[in-house]
Amino acid sequence: MVITSKNVIHSILFLIITFFSISGHYVLLNAQFLAIVNIIVYAGAIMVLFLFVVMLMNLNADSEPQRNKYLLYGGTIAGASLLLVLVAALKTSNDMVQLKNGNIGLIHNLGKALFTNYVFPFEISSVLFLSAMIGAVIISKREH
Amino acid sequence: MEISNYIILATALFSIGVIGVLTRRNSIIIFMCVELMLNAANLLLVAFSQMHNFKLGKYYPTLASDAQVFVFFIMVVAAAEVSVGLAIIVMLYRNTHSVDVNFLNRLKN
Repeated sequence: MVITSKNVIHSILFLIITFFSISGHYVLLNAQFLAIVNIIVYAGAIMVLFLFVVMLMNLNADSEPQRNKYLLYGGTIAGASLLLVLVAALKTSNDMVQLKNGNIGLIHNLGKALFTNYVFPFEISSVLFLSAMIGAVIISKREH
Repeated sequence: MEISNYIILATALFSIGVIGVLTRRNSIIIFMCVELMLNAANLLLVAFSQMHNFKLGKYYPTLASDAQVFVFFIMVVAAAEVSVGLAIIVMLYRNTHSVDVNFLNRLKN
């Protein structure tokens, strides 16, 4: 649905539905912190950013670029065969484990891991965010 | 819940992302498909963290939360990447008045 709908806004809305279902899977795997972060960051922030950009550009179905038929068939066949090969390779492994729910995904344990062992990458990620923000502003300001 | 179901689900999501990147020429949709592939990898990491917590959790108690911290950092990098990438797409649209990636084949002049 994300890749087949002609209208870009429909495609974005289908992607939001996909992100919500992935968050549901995180809840089922007892990773509640990641489920909340997924909803807030992806469905909340990133997809709103996409919608803003699309509405800013005033795109709709008739501004969709013409696509090449051979590219379409070739890409679909390549992706389908990738899926087929991966599933066939994973089918032969017989070490299938039942998943049990632990309590590792709770915010208590995750915060303890994040601020004891991983405090340096955490600070590095804040620097990364700052540089991404400055970079985005500089890229969009270069015109003038 | 078996781990193989999650592997197949994540593989399907990743393949949908690959098909989207290969077939579409709208740059925004290509960007969204990259996000879809990142999310497939995240889902697989969380599933494997639970599996290893079940098998090895007695010996390495911090093993599984390490994996989830890793997923958290992937999300951080994805958010930063989206902000810069959308700025690039907006600038591209301002220059060419199109979102077709085939207009990008001439980097010179």
